[in-house]
Amino acid sequence: MRLELKGLTKKFGSFTADDDIDLVVEPGQIHAVLGENGAGKSTLMNMLYGILTPTSGEILIDGEPVAFGGPGDAIAAGIGMVHQHFKLVGPFSVADNVQLGREHATAGVLSAKAARKAVLDVSEEYGLKLDPDAICEDLPVGVQQRVEIVKALSGPKTQLLILDEPTAVLTPAEITELLQIMRNLAAAGTSILFISHKLKEVQAVADTITVIRRGKVVAELEPTASEAEMASAMVGRAVTLQVDKSPAEPGEARLEVQDLTVVSDAGVKVVDGLGLTVRSGEIVGLAGVEGNGQTELARSILGLIKPDSGTIAIDGKDVHGTSPAARIHDGLGYIPEDRGRDGVISEFSVAENLVLNQYRNAPFSKRGAVNASAVRKQAADSIAEFDIRTQSPDEPVSSLSGGNAQKVIIAREFSRPRRFLVAAQPTRGVDVGATEFIHSRLVAERDTGTGVLLISSELDEIYALADRIAVIYNGRIVGEVAPDTPREVIGRLMVGADIAPVQEPAPVEDDAGESSTDEPSAAADDAAANDEEANGGDR
Amino acid sequence: MSTDTQAPAADQPDADETPEQKPSFMRLFGRYLTEANSVMVTIYSLLLAFFIGGILLIVSDEYVRSTYTYFFARPQDALSASWYLVRDSYIALFEGAILNLSTLERYSAGTAEFGDLLRPLSETLTYATPLIFTGLAVGLAFRAGLFNIGAQGQMIFGMLGALIVGFALDLPPVLHLPLAVIAGALAGAAFGAVPGVLKATTGAHEVISSIMLNNIAALFLVWAIGTEFLHSETKSDLITKPVDESAVMPKLLSSLGESLRVNWALIIGVAAAVFTWWLLSRSTFGFRIRAVGFNEHASATAGMRIGSTYTTTMAVAGGLAGLAGAALSLGVGSSGVTTNTALEYGFDGITVALLGRANPGGIVAAALLFGALKAGALSAQPDVPVDISTLLQAIIVLFIAAPALVKAILHLRTPRGGLVTLEAKGW
Repeated sequence: MRLELKGLTKKFGSFTADDDIDLVVEPGQIHAVLGENGAGKSTLMNMLYGILTPTSGEILIDGEPVAFGGPGDAIAAGIGMVHQHFKLVGPFSVADNVQLGREHATAGVLSAKAARKAVLDVSEEYGLKLDPDAICEDLPVGVQQRVEIVKALSGPKTQLLILDEPTAVLTPAEITELLQIMRNLAAAGTSILFISHKLKEVQAVADTITVIRRGKVVAELEPTASEAEMASAMVGRAVTLQVDKSPAEPGEARLEVQDLTVVSDAGVKVVDGLGLTVRSGEIVGLAGVEGNGQTELARSILGLIKPDSGTIAIDGKDVHGTSPAARIHDGLGYIPEDRGRDGVISEFSVAENLVLNQYRNAPFSKRGAVNASAVRKQAADSIAEFDIRTQSPDEPVSSLSGGNAQKVIIAREFSRPRRFLVAAQPTRGVDVGATEFIHSRLVAERDTGTGVLLISSELDEIYALADRIAVIYNGRIVGEVAPDTPREVIGRLMVGADIAPVQEPAPVEDDAGESSTDEPSAAADDAAANDEEANGGDR
Repeated sequence: MSTDTQAPAADQPDADETPEQKPSFMRLFGRYLTEANSVMVTIYSLLLAFFIGGILLIVSDEYVRSTYTYFFARPQDALSASWYLVRDSYIALFEGAILNLSTLERYSAGTAEFGDLLRPLSETLTYATPLIFTGLAVGLAFRAGLFNIGAQGQMIFGMLGALIVGFALDLPPVLHLPLAVIAGALAGAAFGAVPGVLKATTGAHEVISSIMLNNIAALFLVWAIGTEFLHSETKSDLITKPVDESAVMPKLLSSLGESLRVNWALIIGVAAAVFTWWLLSRSTFGFRIRAVGFNEHASATAGMRIGSTYTTTMAVAGGLAGLAGAALSLGVGSSGVTTNTALEYGFDGITVALLGRANPGGIVAAALLFGALKAGALSAQPDVPVDISTLLQAIIVLFIAAPALVKAILHLRTPRGGLVTLEAKGW
């Protein structure tokens, strides 16, 4: 299918989200659309998929102008979309999810056989291996995404696939695999529109790149373009992708976690005898696929969950039994991984969010009342210092972009004395410009002597910032390595592949890890099996 | 990020205001009227409720119904009968709640006192007073994300607390009345804290526990009135002892006429509304209530104690409901509390809080409206079915709770930021 957009424009009132966008996707081409958050990518895709109606301009499919009244029309015209957030019914099987909305049924009776066959047909045609009977919520994220892709391809005549930020939730191995799937699909004649802000992936897979900024097409690039070239086109100025930092000067231990075990409500050991030390003046990057105990570790450090065993000492003091408020007061900074859920109260104003964990302390509290003038002054200072783009301190945080909401959190945590900082996914959903800013603040924070634990599922971020890398898998630290360790080594550690042969320097684990040396290999076998299954999709 | 200004996120339709040309005031006002914002939805809900109420009045009146049997022969009969029925009913409500026109005539002719003229208003305020307290009790909890259905039970305990201090202690008025009022508030607070504690410690949902506690309170009241300690010494029916004269709420307008029942509880109610407003919007405790109400996860991450916030908020809410009980047992029920004294003020508080959108000012206004409906309906019976007040309240709340319905019926435009629905979280 050849898709052409001519002068596509979408206005919301006086605000132009997309302005005169021209774009051509040739049959079998992978066309990347690159842009920061809020550049107008999502609006563009929503118009293509019939969710929004363009203000002006037209969409042509194989030369014919089309008008979509809703996603149904787009699907009928041969467009399939894989959303950033999966739209799967967790407890349903793969086959049921794929047939959702166009069930195989005769006289109101579902045919499980036809549904299974449909899945197998598509997965065979495109080489996407799937078990039609597997329950979706039990599948790894990468396989769930494959279900989404098969679902999109199962449309009556899907010839164009829109992938909206498809790699955001994937592990490095899964990303490699997805990129291969994309190449295969394109080779089979499917056109792909690939939305992303990750430069490496775009470079690796795209045939042509369109960069949009503030709703306008600002550049058409070849995949041979350098990362710096793409980044500066996206942001509109030169961007330093490297973080300037001097070698770390680690001092005394600011966080000492020993033998920490957290058992989830379901009875699973989500953190399993974990030991970790972070010293003052260093950034320790905790790499790992999400869901391997990072969340529980961070929440235990803050005191939101009580560990089942083990100790946590912050700044040399055992914090057992102390409240989160006390730990915050004693200098624990905390940037939560889920900004919207744990970081900000989106209905509250910027000013209120900036004092969310200090509203009871002087000078923000005066005889039981909130001291509005002190809060206002704090807001004005923080907005200036951290370059928070908001119309006023009284605007609700919900009106801010992701990057600016994140800056609110960072400003809040950096505006009081701190000894140790947990930064979990500090740049998730944040644009390149704000990422650059946040990274430099984290390094500056390290240089003042704070110990920083950086939890990130983005290896690029870990490499950019960490002075030491610890890899977490299944609730335990499976390796502590130097920051110049090759990507493949860390990637293998992250999926629990047997660490012994790869690991040149002996893992800097404490006794806790060694007491159960038998288990990791069993876990590794498991992981290897998973790996094999996952790789099967490529062939 | 470059130096020029930040573009709004592309996914959010931004406001329609164009900075270049400023629309005239009348155009803006016109836009406002045709938009489904919270103020206009409230106003349209009221109008729609009276419209539907009118239809139901027509349907339920036997004579008017009979005129419709020959509608196609003489439609004017049916139409005029309907019109007069609806008009007269609403005039009767108005006269019972705000100003009686025939009394006004008699007053201008010199045959009625000024106090008689104020009687409907006094009745409205009398019925509104407990609603202010219970509305605040529900509204305050709403802001912490809690659905306090238990205001009825909290009020009953407040009633008993005030009553006991009111007759059992022997004190001068300057001490006795305040002490009785405080006893009512404390009793309500203690009972209100129970669902809060249960939620904080065991996770029991406050809706379930407070509904059950309402039943406990209602049955406890029946039993308590029958006990020797509380039961009237002179009467044989189920009524308590009267409170001492020194603990009775003084009437506000007794100098203008003994029939004007409105008393000092109204002033306390307005003061409670001002206090609640201050608490919510100015105090650090209110900051915590609102934070927890919007997002308990972020609040917990910021070091706030969620459980204790629930407990304290429920206790303060219970205290407010307890004041409603004190207003009743020291006011209209001062000659003895029966099982009927509490009516359904606690449950009506839920609708008042909804209509007032959990804002203290709005709650006072909503309480006045519901008080007026009650006073009007009681005075207009039996010409107008007394159920009309409950009916109108129900329809109003139905529309308020479903702004999309109002928007669809009247073809209103979606306001910036979408429709506002008030909801308690945690469901």
